Amino acid sequence: MRSLFSKIFGLFLFVTILIVVIYAIPVNNDKQKTDTIQTQLEEVKDGVHLPTGLKAEANYKLVVANCTGCHSAKLVTQNRMSKNQWKATIKWMQETQNLWDLGASEDKIISYLVTNYPYVETGRRANLTTIDWYELEE
Amino acid sequence: MERRKFIKSGVLTSFASLIGGEVVFGRNLLSGYTPLALQDSDPFKLFQKDKDMVVLNDKPWNMEAQAHLLRDKVTPNKYMFVRNNGLIPENINESEWSLTIDGESVENMKTYTLQDLKTKFKTYTYQLTLECGGNGRSEFNPPAKGNQWTIGAVHCANWTGVRLKDVLLDAGVKDDAVYIGYHSADVHLSKDPKKEPISRGIPISKAMENEVLLAFEMNGESIPLVHGYPLRMVVGGWPASTSGKWLQRISIRNKVHDGAKMGGMSYRVPCKSVAPGEKVAEEDMCIIESMPVKSIITHPKTGAILKEKSLNIEGHAWAGDLEVENMEISIDFGATWKSVPVTKPINKLSWQHFNSKIKFPKAGYYEIWAKATDSNGISQPMVLPGWNPKGYLNNACHRIAIKIEV
Repeated sequence: MRSLFSKIFGLFLFVTILIVVIYAIPVNNDKQKTDTIQTQLEEVKDGVHLPTGLKAEANYKLVVANCTGCHSAKLVTQNRMSKNQWKATIKWMQETQNLWDLGASEDKIISYLVTNYPYVETGRRANLTTIDWYELEE
Repeated sequence: MERRKFIKSGVLTSFASLIGGEVVFGRNLLSGYTPLALQDSDPFKLFQKDKDMVVLNDKPWNMEAQAHLLRDKVTPNKYMFVRNNGLIPENINESEWSLTIDGESVENMKTYTLQDLKTKFKTYTYQLTLECGGNGRSEFNPPAKGNQWTIGAVHCANWTGVRLKDVLLDAGVKDDAVYIGYHSADVHLSKDPKKEPISRGIPISKAMENEVLLAFEMNGESIPLVHGYPLRMVVGGWPASTSGKWLQRISIRNKVHDGAKMGGMSYRVPCKSVAPGEKVAEEDMCIIESMPVKSIITHPKTGAILKEKSLNIEGHAWAGDLEVENMEISIDFGATWKSVPVTKPINKLSWQHFNSKIKFPKAGYYEIWAKATDSNGISQPMVLPGWNPKGYLNNACHRIAIKIEV
């Protein structure tokens, strides 16, 4: 009985989904879909490029295009490096990780990185910060 | 893995044909219409991790615990850090999986199925401490390149398998053997099939230790995919990158293994200590072997506000190839230290445990600092240890913040 019900329900759901989807997607659905994806891939909110989390400042699209094909932008945004360190990192990726020649984009990318993810002096041991205080019940 | 495949193929397929093929997922499409290309697969569900684990990187997947999540004596999967160098292999067929032993210094190249390994050799279970070489990297100054691990890239689970040495000896090890190197099924980030994301190894002397396993179980079950299913080399006490996942081949080498991430700056530190930020030539870098002595306070979670002037603390301590002999706690920034009992390891290369009741003289802000000392009399530093270009081996004392309000 139960399985018959779920079969009918499943069929009903399937038909409903189909109808909704068919009505939701215009005839030229491939073009429309590409545009939607394109728009969302470029979505920026509060200065942050949403799909990658990169700061949407000058030249960030070069970073999206050249860096995030292989690895997550999180690997970029969690690092704080100097110009020389970024240069060495790019060289390492070119020598060992199949990164292509960045041409004129290289300086722009490095400039974006050192400007937007600057290195902060923390000394030999920093204070404990961002502590989430809570009452401990023992 | 099915979900990931779906997302990938979804970009190229129209909605309607997807619905036709996969009614199950059709329901997801209705709730929100997020284009599939932009959907993140949920790593917590994907890898069965606790929601309080911290994702450092999603391609490749890297995820760490927080100190308070590591309270269990034997770390369960949900709190185990994930460190991947490449892409997780898909469509693994356990019944067809095999391990080949080859290399310049093997007597007879041999291939074993998983079933061969399980039936031909004796099985052992050990609790083994695996810590990422870069655990604590985030504190280095100047900053070091890579995933910015804080404190949670360490775990100590039970691993079951056969001894690496039994298998090596079965194939035969020539007198000139120096090193073994592993080869795995993971995929390079660039998808270049000729490249290995990582292929590291250990000296033959370490490989011959009883506790070095070819494991097929973790905590009594099949190894979770992200931790190396169906076969993983497990090397306690050394950088966890020596514990090759998705293991397919081991080469017995007549020289130091030269696979991916054995050279350059990877998993190597300056042979001679250098000033912070100093440039170091590749030939002056040495491979990391045993990890240094270290400890963490796992209870309470940092930030506790107490209504009384005493507190029970708990934690673990480990010392690479060695044992922890002494454990000390300070509540006055190292001005005074109090020794607390530390248990013996359940087996060699397992972490050890401490717990103690700490008393505070009066109300105020405190930090509890923990310091372990190994069997060679070497202790954890209170400040950052020697700077190195890639930020490895930070074993500075762990500390938590406490407020007494009475």
